[in-house]
Amino acid sequence: MSLESILSILEQNWPNYLKGAYITLLIAIFSTIIGALIGLFIGVMHTIPLRKKSFKSFLLKIVNFILSVYVEIFRGTPMIVQAMVVFYGIAAYGFVMDRFLAAILVVSLNTGAYMAEYVRGGIVSIEKGQYEAAEAIGMNHFQTMVHIILPQVIRNILPATGNQLIMNIKDSAVLSVISVTELFFVTKTIASINYKTADSYLIACVMYLIMTLTASQLLRLFEKKLDGPKDYNFQSDKKSA
Amino acid sequence: MEKVIDIRHLNKSFGNHEVLRDVNFSVAKGEVVCLIGSSGSGKSTLLRCINLLETPTGGEIIYNGENILDKDHDVSKHRTHLGMVFQSFNLFNNHNVLKNCVVGQQKVLKRSKQEAEKNALKFLEIVGMDKYINAKPSQLSGGQKQRVAIARALSMDPDVMLFDEPTSALDPEMVGEVLKVMRRLADEGNTMLIVTHEMEFAKEVADRIVFMDKGVIVEEGPPSQVLVNPVHDRTKEFLKRTLK
Repeated sequence: MSLESILSILEQNWPNYLKGAYITLLIAIFSTIIGALIGLFIGVMHTIPLRKKSFKSFLLKIVNFILSVYVEIFRGTPMIVQAMVVFYGIAAYGFVMDRFLAAILVVSLNTGAYMAEYVRGGIVSIEKGQYEAAEAIGMNHFQTMVHIILPQVIRNILPATGNQLIMNIKDSAVLSVISVTELFFVTKTIASINYKTADSYLIACVMYLIMTLTASQLLRLFEKKLDGPKDYNFQSDKKSA
Repeated sequence: MEKVIDIRHLNKSFGNHEVLRDVNFSVAKGEVVCLIGSSGSGKSTLLRCINLLETPTGGEIIYNGENILDKDHDVSKHRTHLGMVFQSFNLFNNHNVLKNCVVGQQKVLKRSKQEAEKNALKFLEIVGMDKYINAKPSQLSGGQKQRVAIARALSMDPDVMLFDEPTSALDPEMVGEVLKVMRRLADEGNTMLIVTHEMEFAKEVADRIVFMDKGVIVEEGPPSQVLVNPVHDRTKEFLKRTLK
């Protein structure tokens, strides 16, 4: 390992490294967003209050059971295996999926399974008084969720979502098994040509680190922005409204 | 006088525990009624049954001539007629002071943003919180929160205001500012139903005092009667303990 050799690898391959990092980021960001939405949906479905015995509540129970099965399967199996099963499973039916889309699908479903539990926990932890106050001014369950509960839940699960984004940046490396040209796959290709395995991967290592550190800093900024200023104006221009 | 709320033979139990037993009770328009009694006597439960935060297990609640316990009665709509103030304030943590008073008007009453804000500011001014419209609930003291909660309830232009021990969670020096607001509302002719432990306040503002014990109404009448010359032994005992 030497600085010279690292620099020469970079000189020859930097466009490929950047392309790989770009794909990695795309997969991580899209999958985290889609996964968070899946998680939000499941969390909400799991916390709809059931009213006695009706056809609706029966239907809801079935949907929730299916959702629970999905969560358990994707939390309980390695993502690398899921990638193989999803990609080659679909391919077996004669439909070859775009590798990049397959990657987003697998990571999103994986993220959704984890986020579902965070969201459910987030909803349950909101104090009862928030629901009662919303109901007392005449909001129905849907309005209460959308305007009062979920905004608080989303704020509360932001740190967990950030964690998930960072994990997705790193774990998308396993998608190289279905030949997605993300950073790990690109690095493997480069190393197989120049035989400088350690140096090639060291570069990837630094690039991963830059991406994850940037992501965590950006998320912290975003959280601060959501919380608003610590002080507030007594006299507001809205007073004359 | 015209009855706004008329409760007949109301029962409520949690499992085997009977909280309300055959309660008969009514509130007339413009009346200020204070519910008193020791904790566990069922007064809060009675109040919460009126806006259906608790579902009664038996009896009738007639609101402006309609039985709200009918299966096809629109619960959400019914609740918009009643303003509720909670012991623990329950301001919406994700909204600032103004939005707390606006969100219900916009989403439930479908008022325009402008109209809702104008109305909210009117009531925030009444409770003396119009200077804090940008503050988040976490930035306010208990007394301030409760005053915003009162403004939030008033912003929905309810027919009746329900207060569930509005000063019980407050530091002693903040009780006064909340009672002052409530006194003003009473003077302005609002219909109010108040669960309280503030006997002096009750004596001053109430048209009628209702004393509850173990899930039943023991005694009711004007403050001069119930608080000064109670008939029932249980009322006397309760007052002896609280009015030292």
